[in-house]
Amino acid sequence: MPTDEIPELVLEAGRANRHYWGDLWRYRELLGFLALRDIKVRYKQTTLGILWALIQPAVTLAVFTFVFGKLASLPSGNAPYPLLVLAGLLPWQLFSAAFSNASGSLVANTHLISKIYFPRLIVPLSSIAVALIDFVVVLVLLVILCAWWRFVPDWRIIFLPLFIFLALLTGLGTGLWLTALTVKYRDFRFVVPFLLQVGLFLSPVGFSSTNLPNWRLLYSLNPMAGVIDGFRWCLLHGEPTLNPANLAISIGMMFVLLFSGLWYFRQTERTFADLI
Amino acid sequence: MGQPVISVASLGKRYHLSHQKQQGTLRDSLMDGTRGFFKKISGRSESINSGMEEFWALRDVSFEINQGDVVGIIGRNGAGKSTLLKVLSRITEPTAGRATIRGRIASLLEVGTGFHPELSGRENIFLNGAILGMSRVEIQRKFDEIVAFAEVERFLDTQVKHYSSGMYVRLAFAVAAHLEPEILILDEVLAVGDADFQRKCLRKMNDVTKKEGRTILFVSHQLTSIQQLCNRVILLKKGRITHDTDTVAGLAAYQAQSSAFVDAQPAVNLGPELTLESFEFSPLPVRVFADLNFVLQLSAQTDCRIHDLCLLLYNELGQRVAIADLRQAAQSYALGAGQTLSLHGLLQRISLVPGNYSVGFYLRTNTHMNDHHGLRSITVHAAENNQLMSYAAEHLGSVALEPKFEVTVQNGGEIITPIKHPESTA
Repeated sequence: MPTDEIPELVLEAGRANRHYWGDLWRYRELLGFLALRDIKVRYKQTTLGILWALIQPAVTLAVFTFVFGKLASLPSGNAPYPLLVLAGLLPWQLFSAAFSNASGSLVANTHLISKIYFPRLIVPLSSIAVALIDFVVVLVLLVILCAWWRFVPDWRIIFLPLFIFLALLTGLGTGLWLTALTVKYRDFRFVVPFLLQVGLFLSPVGFSSTNLPNWRLLYSLNPMAGVIDGFRWCLLHGEPTLNPANLAISIGMMFVLLFSGLWYFRQTERTFADLI
Repeated sequence: MGQPVISVASLGKRYHLSHQKQQGTLRDSLMDGTRGFFKKISGRSESINSGMEEFWALRDVSFEINQGDVVGIIGRNGAGKSTLLKVLSRITEPTAGRATIRGRIASLLEVGTGFHPELSGRENIFLNGAILGMSRVEIQRKFDEIVAFAEVERFLDTQVKHYSSGMYVRLAFAVAAHLEPEILILDEVLAVGDADFQRKCLRKMNDVTKKEGRTILFVSHQLTSIQQLCNRVILLKKGRITHDTDTVAGLAAYQAQSSAFVDAQPAVNLGPELTLESFEFSPLPVRVFADLNFVLQLSAQTDCRIHDLCLLLYNELGQRVAIADLRQAAQSYALGAGQTLSLHGLLQRISLVPGNYSVGFYLRTNTHMNDHHGLRSITVHAAENNQLMSYAAEHLGSVALEPKFEVTVQNGGEIITPIKHPESTA
């Protein structure tokens, strides 16, 4: 074997791993297998199986439509109220699944982390795949409801993948923070459901953000506000209109979360095996 | 080539042991943080981690390993063996020093890492393979071989949670055995599975190193497997290397270390009335067919009678291989409070195959009876002046027989060449 092919690896305290991103690429198959594992295992030994991915959003949809649409009689613009809610619920579900899966991912894979080397980023990344699967199922619900109300989205729908991506990255950014923190401080396990509960009401899920015209700037500090507005804009014929400044703030916040999350994760990564 | 595959220079790994508190709750950090802050502004700067204690799991460890070396790493529990392997496998980073590794490395610190009980055998082969660093193509190429090695053809599509523990372990090891890294790191992985499978694994590993010149680092408490596989031994004690030599010398040093440790053990309480004052064997290690001296002393707290007293010998697989009956004919040992019973004697011509044995005894008194296991360990080495090459341990069976025989070659009634067999030496 030619010597130049032999990789030389130096292990030293505090030494940054120069091959990290290359390693991440080399381990991409592991990423796939872990995602596949999570997906296959998720609905094993359940009678209703994947239907569970449908039941929760369907019930939330019904409740929100009743509370915000009927009791509070909030306006719904040019689409039926349930569609308005679902268009907000879709990205929220995607985000919350990505966020909570990623947050719990490291601790759930303790046995791997303490026994084998691989770039630890693989773990939260693969956990996000399950969120996408559930998302696709709920997307089917949207198609059914659209057919029921004979509502056809217009050309703007081509931008939907962009906002799906943004929702995932938001979930990843926050998830990276929480999962790295949970390795050391298990307290953060209790923070995740709490954040999601509060976030659900701080994001325009059950109502359109046009209902709070004065607060929209402040509101867009919540990256999910921008994503949800974007989803509605794509699906509901450009209602509400997207304000570029607000969208920029949301996306900016998302990048702040993502990069700071990545930074913190990389900082703490080398101690995971000792602490977990 | 020429360059060592692994070079380790004054490697150290420090852990913090925290007393009284559980490690790292958020409150601790917040409180330590604020305390530190107040100390800082009040101008004092003592350590804020008063409850923390430093512990070096590895200290100043240096060695070099060349290609094709099979190195056994031995030492008592807590000597730092597993920490060393963890640092070399990149699971945790060293606190001091550096290690340079040249070549593709795969480590197997546990059999079946990442196996998921809900997935089928087939799915787990791929998952586990990927975790160990094999590519999908590589796994596919070796899939049939892995399945055959594990002997689980019929259950490939059964969920692993329905496997017997033996099948589980076989499958897990089979995947690992088909890894093809240049450097393989193994931690105690042969301690699983039944004897047959263990033998199969040893054979596989022997093949791998001899034929393919692969480098192996191997931690085990089973000294026989170390003896069979390794050409070099690194002995660790409290995080430092005490010996780095050939296998025979290394194992002897380890044995000396352990018996020194055993001698220092305090008296063992054997129940309400008796205490084990001393229980010693010499010489250790003992050669096959040599005599082994023993001393056994029991002291009584209250009046009692000992009806049965037998030494029990167990091999490394936990099977009882022999007992030594220490009763006297038709008479039990009567002891008054404060009296000590001493037995000095020998086990004549030890006919055990080379290996490690754990010794305990069975004790029945007028009030209770009990087996006391694992009190001492003895190591048996192959007979010394044997002109013949000894067979590998896996072929030796479990007892050593001492044949005495004459050989002649006859042609009809006429003896052509009388061959005198040299008398076995005692």
